[in-house]
Amino acid sequence: MRFTKDHEWVELDGDVATIGITGYAADQLGDVVFVDLPAVGKDVRAGEALAVVESVKAASDVFAPISGAVTAANGALADAPETVNDEPEGAGWFVKIKVSDRGAVGALMNRESYEAFLATL
Amino acid sequence: MSHDVPRTTPLTAAHRALGGRMVVFAGYEMPVQYPMGILKEHLWTREHAGAFDVSHMGPAFLDLTSRSGDAEADHGAVAAVIERLVCGDIAGLKPGQLRYTLLLNEAGGIVDDLIVGRPARADEQGRLYIVVNSGTKDADFALLTKASTGKATLTRADDGALIALQGPGAADVMGGLIPGVDDLTFMSFKQVNLQGQILLVSRSGYTGEDGFEILVPAGMAVSFWERLLANELTAPAGLGARDSLRLEAGLPLYGHDLDETVSPVEADLGFAVSKRRRKASDFPGAARIGRECAVGPSRLLVGLRVLEGAPAREGATITNETGEPLGNVTSGGFAPSLGASIAMGFVPPSSAVVGAPVKVVVRGRAQMAEVVTRPFVPHRYHR
Repeated sequence: MRFTKDHEWVELDGDVATIGITGYAADQLGDVVFVDLPAVGKDVRAGEALAVVESVKAASDVFAPISGAVTAANGALADAPETVNDEPEGAGWFVKIKVSDRGAVGALMNRESYEAFLATL
Repeated sequence: MSHDVPRTTPLTAAHRALGGRMVVFAGYEMPVQYPMGILKEHLWTREHAGAFDVSHMGPAFLDLTSRSGDAEADHGAVAAVIERLVCGDIAGLKPGQLRYTLLLNEAGGIVDDLIVGRPARADEQGRLYIVVNSGTKDADFALLTKASTGKATLTRADDGALIALQGPGAADVMGGLIPGVDDLTFMSFKQVNLQGQILLVSRSGYTGEDGFEILVPAGMAVSFWERLLANELTAPAGLGARDSLRLEAGLPLYGHDLDETVSPVEADLGFAVSKRRRKASDFPGAARIGRECAVGPSRLLVGLRVLEGAPAREGATITNETGEPLGNVTSGGFAPSLGASIAMGFVPPSSAVVGAPVKVVVRGRAQMAEVVTRPFVPHRYHR
């Protein structure tokens, strides 16, 4: 699993990357009440808005950590958005993306680097 | 008010010790939530009791410069000073009674919403207890001071702590700390003596629940807060839960649902315009308000239930079913007690009909919504 400074995680399986937000991000957002996910087939570019996650208090953008085409969105979050808080790095995943450049994933932080980054916040 | 260095309240260190997530709000460093989280703090308050630090608000006293000693005459004289600025019946307050009222500008727009109380004690007639909003308090106090020149003196009391204890368990918690406060009914207040300190206890709040708002001297603030929290019915609750609770209660928030362009009639706050005052037409903006009462306003604040999709927040466009704009959402979000998204916003009176289908536009998507009655969650005041 790889991580971004915007607190997204990326898990690569072949050329499909599963993307979600980290436990730290979920904790900062507070209770998630709605997740606005992109449509399957949408092309996303790294750094662009990928999804919007809504807590009781506010709406927050989630940015695409890598470029590619959306192949799946986690429909289970529609009925159970709290899964993002309960299992942020598992069942609370957001989307799967067919990545155009696998090397871009490897360039992201590993867990050790991400945890070191969190320690600076 | 913005300040380079945020102001603190007597409870700021206590919030940090509780793990409060601090934000700057209206120039004050305040807890938006504690480790329990907004959702659970909200639900806990509806079920038991939530303790809120609202010391950023603006409590003050307005005192007649020279009293005659005649209680009714002195109350009438101080009421006349503030009635020049507000549309409520302040002269008609009974001893110990609080009233929600509105400061208005000459155009009939709302400068602030506030609470005005007449003390219960015979030796305090000629005094009013006032609580205004945090973001507007400096301007409000300047306005009140100017209007009082030569007649009354305004004394700020925002150096202490103002604590709200809200929820069905609030009376039990307070009763255990201060005997006799359960005698208070909704929108009444009294002075109590606790260990040699004077506290003002009001049966009031902005969550739709029974509860109290207590003005506590700074030196006693932390110990009083800790005694409230020592009761297992009480959980500390932050600004986040305070906002979602007041939204469910259908209560407008100044600076969002209300501003200087909005009239009391448009805001559906006609109850706050006194009949006597309207007849006399003797408050700022009376002409507009009289006209709107007679022929109806051009827009009306309504409650909306969002039937699909994301929460519609402040600024979202409200349209009719065919997509023509009707107005904007002024506050909205997820309602924890309903498990649904709700909002308030302005629409033309022709659309302000319960059950009317509308749409709210969130991130470019038109989502189904409908006009519903406010409050969204029934009020449970102790009358």
